[in-house]
Amino acid sequence: MPAKPSTTPTRSAIAGILAAANTVILGKQAQIRLALCCLLAKGHLLIEDLPGVGKTTLAHTLARLLGFHFARVQFTSDMLPADILGVSVFDRESGNFRFLSGPVFSQVLLADEINRATPKTQSALLEAMEEGQVTTEGETRTLPRPFFVIATQNPSSQIGTFPLPESQLDRFLLRIELGYPDRAAERSLLESGGRREQLPSLAARLAPGAFAALQNEAAAVHASPALLDYLQALVETTREGERFVHGLSPRAALSLLAAARAWAFCGGRTMVLPEDVQAVLPAVARHRLRLPSGDQADAEDIAALIRSVPVT
Amino acid sequence: MGKRSRARPPALEHGAVPWLLAGALATAAPHAGHLPPWLSLLAAGALLWRSWLWQRRRRLPPRWALGLLAIGSVAGIAWQFHSVFGRDAGVAMLVLLMALKPLEMHARRDALVIVMLGFFLLLTHYFYSQSIATGVWLLATMTLLTGTLIRLHGGTQPVATIAREAARLLLQALPFLLILYLLFPRVSGPLWGLPQDAHGALSGLSTQMSPGSISNLIQSGAVAFRSRFVDELPEKTELYWRGPVFDAYDGTTWRVSAQQSPRPAPVIEARGVTYTYTTILEAHNQRWLLALDLPTRLPPDASLAPTLEAVASVPVRVRSRFTFASSPDYRANRGEVPATLAEALRLPARINPRSRALAQQWQSLPPERIVEAALAMFREDDFHYTLQPPLLGRDAVDQFLFETRRGFCEHYASAFVFLMRAAGVPARVVAGYQGGEVNPVDGYLIVRQSDAHAWAEVWLAGVGWVRIDPTAAVAPSRIEQGIVAALPASEPLPAIVRLDADWLRDLRNRWEAANNGWNIWVLGYNPQRQRELLSRLGLQDPDWQSMTTSLAVLCSLLLLSVTLWTLRERRHPDPAQLAWGKYCGQLARRGICRAEWEGPLDFADRVAQARPALAALTSEAAGHYAELRYGRGGEGHLRLLRDCVRRLSRERRNEV
Repeated sequence: MPAKPSTTPTRSAIAGILAAANTVILGKQAQIRLALCCLLAKGHLLIEDLPGVGKTTLAHTLARLLGFHFARVQFTSDMLPADILGVSVFDRESGNFRFLSGPVFSQVLLADEINRATPKTQSALLEAMEEGQVTTEGETRTLPRPFFVIATQNPSSQIGTFPLPESQLDRFLLRIELGYPDRAAERSLLESGGRREQLPSLAARLAPGAFAALQNEAAAVHASPALLDYLQALVETTREGERFVHGLSPRAALSLLAAARAWAFCGGRTMVLPEDVQAVLPAVARHRLRLPSGDQADAEDIAALIRSVPVT
Repeated sequence: MGKRSRARPPALEHGAVPWLLAGALATAAPHAGHLPPWLSLLAAGALLWRSWLWQRRRRLPPRWALGLLAIGSVAGIAWQFHSVFGRDAGVAMLVLLMALKPLEMHARRDALVIVMLGFFLLLTHYFYSQSIATGVWLLATMTLLTGTLIRLHGGTQPVATIAREAARLLLQALPFLLILYLLFPRVSGPLWGLPQDAHGALSGLSTQMSPGSISNLIQSGAVAFRSRFVDELPEKTELYWRGPVFDAYDGTTWRVSAQQSPRPAPVIEARGVTYTYTTILEAHNQRWLLALDLPTRLPPDASLAPTLEAVASVPVRVRSRFTFASSPDYRANRGEVPATLAEALRLPARINPRSRALAQQWQSLPPERIVEAALAMFREDDFHYTLQPPLLGRDAVDQFLFETRRGFCEHYASAFVFLMRAAGVPARVVAGYQGGEVNPVDGYLIVRQSDAHAWAEVWLAGVGWVRIDPTAAVAPSRIEQGIVAALPASEPLPAIVRLDADWLRDLRNRWEAANNGWNIWVLGYNPQRQRELLSRLGLQDPDWQSMTTSLAVLCSLLLLSVTLWTLRERRHPDPAQLAWGKYCGQLARRGICRAEWEGPLDFADRVAQARPALAALTSEAAGHYAELRYGRGGEGHLRLLRDCVRRLSRERRNEV
C-alpha cells in the first residue's frame, strides 16, 4: 500500500501518546487526537462542554504525557490580570522589587472555565497567547517555549458567564466538545473509580525538545495543489451565499491547513488528504462561523457544508 | 440488515418542522371547502397541536394514542362516505394522513414522507378546480414543498435563499414541463369517473320557459360563452344567439315540443354578409350551441335542428370550442311542413278570453299587418320593461296585456306569440342571448347569463320564419345598448354587469381575458388542439406512438444538452482523475456510489464495509489515487491505478 504508515520513531511516539491518553480518558479517541493535533499545529485549544465530562483531565493528561510544565488557573469573576501574569513584590532583604511570575509562565496553561472571568482578565491571557510574551510594569517577559493554552469553558447559556467575543475565539486554533461518554466507557469509569488518581503516575513519553521536532515534521506534511483547491473551495463556500453571517477568515484558512497537516501527520501520512480537512473542519470552523439566526454553527451545518463541496 | 436497523435514522432538525407544517397546511387547506367540517376541524386541530408541541419542544404523542386517533378518523370517513375509496373519500383519507403524519414525525424519513404526500395531495386539487387561482396556489405550494426538501437536506439557511433555490430548481424543470404538456398523448374527457350529478348545478337556459325563469337567469353575471369574429362584428341589433325554440304552450309554461315524427332538414337561403366566428361555450349540459341567427356553416359534430338552432350530438358537459358561419339576413324554411305550422298555431282552450277577442279583431288583416298591429300596441300603450313584474294568475296573458302591463322579455314574447296564434299567424318563442360585450383586452365578445333573452318568430308565407322581438318595441335600448341601459338603477342586476367605474371595468376585462386565455391554452388543450398544434409544428397526423417517440427524443436531447453543458468544465481531467473516475464508475454499477464530497480513503473504507471482497483492491486503488493527486506520486502509481481498474473489470466479468 503506497500510503502505508511510516513506522519511524516519530510515528510510534505519536501512537504511544495517543494510546496512553486513551487509557485515561475512555472512548474519546477522536477528541484526544484533535487535541494533540492542535498542539502539534502550534495552536491553542478550547474545550467547551458541561462540567464534569473530563475537560480538565484531558488537558492535564496531555501535559504530563508530553512532559510539559503544567499550571492551572481556575477562572473566577473576581480575578484580576495580575493573578495570571504575576506581580512584583518588595523584597525586604535585598531591598529590590522581585517579580513573582504568575501561572502564565508555564508550558501548558490550563485556563479552567475561562468564560467565568471578566473580559479584562480574559484579554490579558489572550494577549499572552497571541504574542508569546507578557508585559507587566513596563517590563516585557518572554514566555517559555512551547506555550500552550488549553482553555475550557462551559456553554455560555449557563448563568454567570462572560462569553468570549468572536475576535478572541479566533485565537483558538481548535475548539472541541467532549460530550458524554458512551455506555461502555462510562461503565468502566464507574467500575474503576475516577481517573484523576492515575494522573500523577503518568510518565512523560517524550524527551525534552522532541515535541518541537514533531511540530516541525507535522508542518512539513505535503499539501498538493489539488488539496489546496479543495480547501479553498470549502473556505469560499462559507463566504458566499447566506449560509453563515461571515465566512472563514484567511487566518482560519491557515489554521485549517495547519490542523489538517497535523491530523494527517497523526495518521502517519506524508500528505494531506481531503479526509483530513474534513476531519478537522468542525473543530476549526464551528466556533468561527455564526448562523444568520445568531447561533453558532452546529455539527450538522458543517456536515452540510462538507457535502456541498465536491472532492475532485 | 441487523447492522442497518441498529443505526439510528438521521434525526429531524427542530428548525425544519415549521416548513413541514406550512407545507401540510398549504396542501390540505384548499380541500376544506368540500370536506366534511369535522374532518377539516380535526386536521386543523392536529396541525395546531403539532405546532404547539414544536414551540414548547414537547414530546410527540405516544403511538397508541395516534393509532386510536387514526382508526377513529378512518371509521368516521368510512361512515361519512360509505366507503374509503372513490374521489371524495380518497381525498379525505389523504388529508387525514397529511394532518396526522406530523404528529409522528421523529426522523428525517418521516419528514420526507410528508413532502412526498404533499406533492401527491397537490394533484388532487385539480379534481375540484382548474381555475387560475388554483394553478397559482399549487405553483406556490410546489415551491414551498421544494423549499422544504432543500431545508431538510441543506440545513439552516435564510428563507430567501431557500426560496430562490427552490424557484431556480422549478424553473429548470420548465422545459420538461412544456415538452410533456405539449406532447404527452391526451385523452378526451376526464381521466376519472365523475358522479352522475356533477353537471346538475350548471346555469343556463332550460328546456322550458315560465314567467320568471329568464329574469332569474339574468341575476347571474356568469359567462355563458365567448365569441371571436374573424372579421368585423355584426351590428348589436343583429346579435341574436339562438337557443331552444319553444312551440308548446300550456297556459303558463312554454316547452320544447316533443314531436315524434321525423321532420325534414331545414332549408336556409342566406343573403348578404356572412360572419365567421369561434365560440368558446361554457358547459351547460344541454345540446344547443347558441349560434348566431342563422348559422350557415356548422362545426363537424353539430347539426341544425328542424327549429333552426344548432345542436351538438351530445350535451355540452365541458367547455368546448365551435366555429360557425352565420348570416343575419336569411329566408328560412319557406316551405315549412304542415305539422310544424299546426303546432305553431295550437293554444290551450278557454284561457285568456280578452286576448283572444283582441286577436280575432285582427284576423281579417294580412299576417304582416297583424304583426304590425301587435307591435304598435306594445309600442304605443303604457307598457313597461322591468325585472320585477307583478305576479300573474290563471289568465296570465290577459292580466299582463290589460292590467299590469309590466314585464320582462319572457312576458312580451309569450304574450306576442299568444296573440299571433289566436289571430291565425304561426308563431313560436325563441330563447337565447341577445347582445354581448367586447372585451378590448383580447377582442372576445363576452355573452353572460345576464344577456339571456326571449323573442318571437312568426312564419309568413313566401318569407319563412321571421324574427320579431316585441321587447324591442317596448324598450328599444335593451337591444341597442344592452340590459344595463334598459333597466333603471333600482333593478337588481349583478354587480359585475353594472360596473360604473372605468378602472373596475378595466380590471374585470383584464381578469376575464386572462381567464379566457387560460381556458383556451391550458384547459382547452384537448386531443383536437394537440393535433392541430403538432401538425402546425410539422408532425403530420400524429398518433400516440409518434407523440411518445418525440417526447422521449426531445427529453433525451434536453437532458443530453444539460449534461454536456455541465460537463464542459470538466473536459480535461488529469489522467489520475480519469482512472479513478473509471474505478468509481465501475463500483457505481455494482451499487456503491462515491458521494461527490467523499475523499478516496473514506470511500475505500465504506466499500470495505459494504463489499469485503473488494476491500483490498479498492483500498489499493484509493491509495494510488491519493498519492497521485494529493501526494508526490509519479507514473508508477498511475500505472498501478490503471491496473486496479483493469482488475476490477476483470473480476466483474468473472462474476458474470
